[in-house]
Amino acid sequence: MATDTITADDDLAVERTKLTVSETDVAVEIVDMHKWFGDFNVLRDINLKVMRGERIVIAGPSGSGKSTLIRCVNRLEEHQRGKVIVDGVELTSDLKRIDVVRREVGMVFQHFNLFPHLTILENCTLAPIWVRGLPKVEAEKVAMHYLERVKIPEQANKYPGQLSGGQQQRVAIARSLCMNPKIMLFDEPTSALDPEMIKEVLEVMVGLAEDGMTMLVVTHEMGFARQVANRVMFMDEGQIIEQNEPEEFFSNPKHERTKHFLSQILH
Amino acid sequence: MSTTNATKEISFVREEMLPEMPAPSSVVGPVAWIRSSLFSSPGNSILTIASALLLLWIMPPLYNFLIGNAVFIAEDGAACRVEGAGACWAFIWSRMDFFIYGFFPAEEQWRVNIAFALGLVLIVPLMWPELPFKVVNALAFFVGYPIIVFILLSGGMFGLTEVPTVNWGGLTVTLIIGLVGIVTSLPLGIVLALGRQSKMPVIKSVCVMFIELWRAVPLITVLFMASVMLPLFVPVGVSVDKLLRALVGVSLFSAAYMAEVVRGGLQALPRGQYEAAGALGLNYWKSMSFIILPQALKHVIPGIVNSFIALFKDTSLVSIVGIFDLLNTVQASNSDLNWASEQQAVTGYIFAAAVFWVFCFSMSRYSIYMEHRLHTGHKR
Amino acid sequence: MADIEARQKSPPKTSFWNDPKIRGLFYQFVVMGALAAFAIFIALNTAANLARQGKTTGFEFFFSTAGFDIFFTLIPYSRASFYWEAFLVGLLNTLLVSAIGIVIATFLGFFLGIARLSPNWIVARIATVYVEIIRNIPLLLQLFFWYFAVLKTLPGVRQSLEFAGGTILNQRGLYLARPLPDDNFTFVIWAFLIAIVAWLVVKAWAKRRLESTGKRFPVAWTFLVLVVFLPAITWLTTGANVAFEYPELSGFNFVGGIELPPEFVALLLGLSLYTAAFIGETVRAGILAVDHGQTEAAQSLGFRDGDRLRLVVIPQAMRVIVPPLTSQYLNLTKNSSLAAAIGYPELVSVFLGTTLNQTGRAIEVVFITMLVYLTLSLVTSVFMNWYNARVALVER
Repeated sequence: MATDTITADDDLAVERTKLTVSETDVAVEIVDMHKWFGDFNVLRDINLKVMRGERIVIAGPSGSGKSTLIRCVNRLEEHQRGKVIVDGVELTSDLKRIDVVRREVGMVFQHFNLFPHLTILENCTLAPIWVRGLPKVEAEKVAMHYLERVKIPEQANKYPGQLSGGQQQRVAIARSLCMNPKIMLFDEPTSALDPEMIKEVLEVMVGLAEDGMTMLVVTHEMGFARQVANRVMFMDEGQIIEQNEPEEFFSNPKHERTKHFLSQILH
Repeated sequence: MSTTNATKEISFVREEMLPEMPAPSSVVGPVAWIRSSLFSSPGNSILTIASALLLLWIMPPLYNFLIGNAVFIAEDGAACRVEGAGACWAFIWSRMDFFIYGFFPAEEQWRVNIAFALGLVLIVPLMWPELPFKVVNALAFFVGYPIIVFILLSGGMFGLTEVPTVNWGGLTVTLIIGLVGIVTSLPLGIVLALGRQSKMPVIKSVCVMFIELWRAVPLITVLFMASVMLPLFVPVGVSVDKLLRALVGVSLFSAAYMAEVVRGGLQALPRGQYEAAGALGLNYWKSMSFIILPQALKHVIPGIVNSFIALFKDTSLVSIVGIFDLLNTVQASNSDLNWASEQQAVTGYIFAAAVFWVFCFSMSRYSIYMEHRLHTGHKR
Repeated sequence: MADIEARQKSPPKTSFWNDPKIRGLFYQFVVMGALAAFAIFIALNTAANLARQGKTTGFEFFFSTAGFDIFFTLIPYSRASFYWEAFLVGLLNTLLVSAIGIVIATFLGFFLGIARLSPNWIVARIATVYVEIIRNIPLLLQLFFWYFAVLKTLPGVRQSLEFAGGTILNQRGLYLARPLPDDNFTFVIWAFLIAIVAWLVVKAWAKRRLESTGKRFPVAWTFLVLVVFLPAITWLTTGANVAFEYPELSGFNFVGGIELPPEFVALLLGLSLYTAAFIGETVRAGILAVDHGQTEAAQSLGFRDGDRLRLVVIPQAMRVIVPPLTSQYLNLTKNSSLAAAIGYPELVSVFLGTTLNQTGRAIEVVFITMLVYLTLSLVTSVFMNWYNARVALVER
């Protein structure tokens, strides 16, 4: 790990390097993907190529399909048409492929979804032990490392119910990191939090971005998007409406719907 | 095609919105449904086939017994004694009066019919949430109706012939026990629940002991106790009607269960409601009857209805202490030699089961409906 | 009291009647007085009624001869036995039918609960129909159905239905083959016990190994190998033998084997099928109570379905299931008292029925019967409190 500490509040900005990429650097590739919930065409003609180290923020009104999109990346939802290729593995109904992909992809949920019957430490070691086959001592070492990174090592032996929302979400991030994922998915990680707790979670995410983690983030935190993202993507009615580099996206939105959306959330 | 290629150009703007596309047949339509809900995996396919075979094995004989080979019209049991005959519905039909009215004199049965009709008129608007006058309606049902039914059935006044309770029977008695149980257990249960929540130690412990004692023992012991001990408890020379003994037992028993349901509602109310009632300067009884109880009871309507279902099923136990409820009239008729056949008992029990089932199932649907209503009410 | 009077004096404006403490005490005295008066009234009436009927009270009747037969007993009993022995027979019969009923109802109930949640439409439908039919019909009616309409209309002894393994079913009851193990069979039983212990050791070792090296060990397979093969090999090598005593027709009845009277079979059938429907609902509710997010979180961490169920879903569902499950067990035990209606000699039938009728000691008999059920339910609630305290999720 490069850095254990997270940079102070005022110099949060991450240097956005122009990526030089080749095909092997593709982390996620989605080609002509469609998805339906019953009759409802929830995702339409999605094409997306995510490079390693890229940080993509996905925004859009509720029901636009943005959460469904990232849930297709680790097959919590299955797509019906097109291709989803994660880390070189195409997702099909083949359980082996799904297993391989899920080990490489971490996910953080809106409602944390910590296991309430296990301590914080056990939450973090359960998957490394049972899925990765790590010895318990080692799994605990890794867990403590990441708990320190999200700044709550002292809570290791408490239960999720004893922690605040912000703390729980940081544990959830640490729990995912313990699996040493190549790609992290964030599904509205701050939407269920009180305002004063949002910052502590975003700080952790900024730290991750600094370390070069590939991130797909569904969020309405436009400040975070400006600071961290390589790309901001706007979705509506199940399709990608517009995407651009953050500065361009915020200062010069082109599509009517993007303009309307931004005017609503940026005041 | 809208290709976004990060290597060269990140920027992308959609020119034209895509219309919604029809779902492929792998998602919707009968074929997709059959595949996903019946044959989604090899294991599932085996289960589906096994279940289908099970149904094929059970359904045709069941149909033949209940309808196909059943005897619907007959003078006596001869037609039912024929080899291969199904259910003997003619037997049920011939004893229908007995199943409904018991030994109630035939020329007085109109009184029971009026009681049934009146009950229907009162209970339908009570269960219909949109209709007004709930308080008046509830008072009419919980106070007025039982009195009217009692006068109507037992007679002895207003020129009505007296019909002693030993002659009451069948579905009439089942419904009466159910009604009395409901009418007495709800208020008694509310009082017990409030007592259990009370800060006064004596009242609290009396209520806890009462509730826990009744909940610990089976109803049948309560009925035995009511039938052998109640006569000992009253002054010498006073005799307690057999039906009344059973009613007392059933009422006390279900009051204890009702108390626990109501307590659940009281505990589920946020503290703020109690505090708000106190802040308005209302005293205990006023705050309970105008603020706390109406809300608590509304919340536990599904639970209350579920206790009614349990109570209604439990009424069948009175047949053990010799009261002619619906089950007992069926049980007695099953030995009617006129209709003796192999299927006689089965037919009788299926009929009784169907009657109980219709009542209980509709109550449980109602409870689910109310639960749904309450939940959507919360979301708004 | 003194304390209250002191408080009375200090705030002079509160009138005596409006002090909530005084009022509280007053209400409590009223309630206590009313209850005491009621109890005295009942006691006097009872004494008068008993005196008029020339009856005495007391528990000495326990040691007089019962003088009636019980056709199904677990302990030696005859009509020369005492009432306390009859009581014990009834109690044991209650416990027997409850214990077996609980085992069957649990298996069937878990199966039903899981089936109702099955993605397989037809399986879920069948389970739903079963639950909705069974739980909306009074148990007593179901017992009558099984006893009078099914078991009592079975063919007579001469036309008995015969099943595999020497099982006989007729109007008189269900007859099973009785296994008669020879002396060498003790070795097989020992082998079985040793296999269980060995498996426990392996399980503990496998857990430690998983924790220290991260390597998994096929514990389930070990169980199969140990518990099946070890006794099987012992069986073969020692030449142990189990003979079966089959029920045989002799005169007008079957003798030998294990005889289960129709009353017992009907009660067991009725209780298990009825309670299973309720347990099924409990299980379904427990599984549904585990938030779907838990499943998604486990999946996104890469857990296979088996591990996900074992480590994440089941531990959480069991917390929700166990308390209502225990009260279903208690309900089944209490419902076994309905046996009185079909003549299976359990506690209520033997004691509250026959004994009460013969001795006329209503108060004593009712008191003791209620005490038994009260004890059972106290034990259950002590267990439930212990369990709830142990597994309660830690919250702030």
